[in-house]
Amino acid sequence: MIRARALEKRYGDTRILRGVTLDVGSDDFLLVTGPNGSGKTTLLRLCAGLAAPTRGELEVGVERGRLGYLGHEPLVYRELTALENLDLYGRLYRVPDRRERTGMLLERFGLWDVRHARAGSFSRGMLQRLALCRTLLHEPSLLLLDEPYSGLDDEGEQLLDRELTERAGRASFVVATHEPERLEHFASARLALV
Amino acid sequence: MTYFADVGALARKDLLLELRARDTLPAMLLFVVSTLVVFHFVLPVGSSDLAATGLLWVALLFTALLGLSRSFAAEREQGVIDGLVLAPSDRSAIWLGKALSILAFLGLAEVIALPAYALFFKPVSAALVGGVVLADLGIAAVGTLLAAMATASRARELLLPLLFLPLAIPIVIGGVGASVSADPGRYLGLLGLYDALFAIICWASFEYVVTE
Ligand SMILES: Nc1ncnc2c1ncn2[C@@H]1O[C@H](COP(=O)(O)OP(=O)(O)OP(=O)(O)O)[C@@H](O)[C@H]1O
Ligand SMILES: [Mg+2]
Repeated sequence: MIRARALEKRYGDTRILRGVTLDVGSDDFLLVTGPNGSGKTTLLRLCAGLAAPTRGELEVGVERGRLGYLGHEPLVYRELTALENLDLYGRLYRVPDRRERTGMLLERFGLWDVRHARAGSFSRGMLQRLALCRTLLHEPSLLLLDEPYSGLDDEGEQLLDRELTERAGRASFVVATHEPERLEHFASARLALV
Repeated sequence: MTYFADVGALARKDLLLELRARDTLPAMLLFVVSTLVVFHFVLPVGSSDLAATGLLWVALLFTALLGLSRSFAAEREQGVIDGLVLAPSDRSAIWLGKALSILAFLGLAEVIALPAYALFFKPVSAALVGGVVLADLGIAAVGTLLAAMATASRARELLLPLLFLPLAIPIVIGGVGASVSADPGRYLGLLGLYDALFAIICWASFEYVVTE
């Protein structure tokens, strides 16, 4: 799914990734760890095609529409409601049975009752839940998750555990996290950035 | 056909956002009408109609600039543009959807501005309306691309007029020419050519503007 050789990213004079080499096969689960500023987010953005590597090779063997990216930002319009946001993404991703699917996800993530509320009025954790709905909406075959548990309460964490358990082994994952213990049992490979 | 469905979904989203937040259109309306009012007093009594026509185009151009400067505000917030760039749709659909929404705002602003102009200055000719319509197409095409470029930069307030105004000169020449010339056809042709040329260029190059 992902093949990287001597991957490097520079911002100005600062080198962020120093020759990262990795292989993520189909249905692999790669856990990426490292201190703040070590380049986890940068690596995921490169894999998502949101940034271009300065040096090295990077092949991502999945088309854009099969990729699910969860970043630090929820990537939703604050002036649109939860439902409108998911509906927009559902259209863009050509999700079959869009309405049922968005409804089902909102229900699962405990956002059904606030589906008509503006995303801008959501709390941090609610936004993270909405972002997860957006990421999972089109059942991606490659998931790039950047600190997926951030902002979630206990219930939210359990909801996410359930979604990951359902999909682990059926999709490929690259997950950046500061709590590797929580995801250890899913991991088939590990990458520690420094 | 999915391409146009994407464009429709994106343009619809912009109109919905505007309906919710009312960020752009009221500002454009207020600006264009108040500018025309000021121009009414700026022109000395007995000035030629030609001067008034020129001022109308100044007002329209800067109204468009005002709209363009806000056009990617919602996407800039928290990097939502990444969400659109990640979607499988052709990236040019983002450009076309945004250009259509800008076109709608421009058109609505002018529906008010042209009668106001007729009220303060002189009646509006068919050639002028034709010029405005063709100019809008060019402004939306070029402006959307440049607004996206400027959005990525920290100096966006400075960058957008710096990029847009020089490229808008042919639009002004064509528009003013069509409004005052005895033979507006030539100028309308120029505008049409500009629109077609820049629409193709912008359509093809938008992808490179939104990806690194
Ligand atoms: N667009 C950018 N321009 C300049 N520097 C950047 C940019 N994006 C990231 N960096 C730098 O790259 C380094 C790595 O950032 P990155 O966000 O990838 O780290 P991270 O491992 O995700 O950190 P965290 O654990 O805090 O999320 C940081 O030093 C950051 O300042
Ligand atoms: Mg990070």
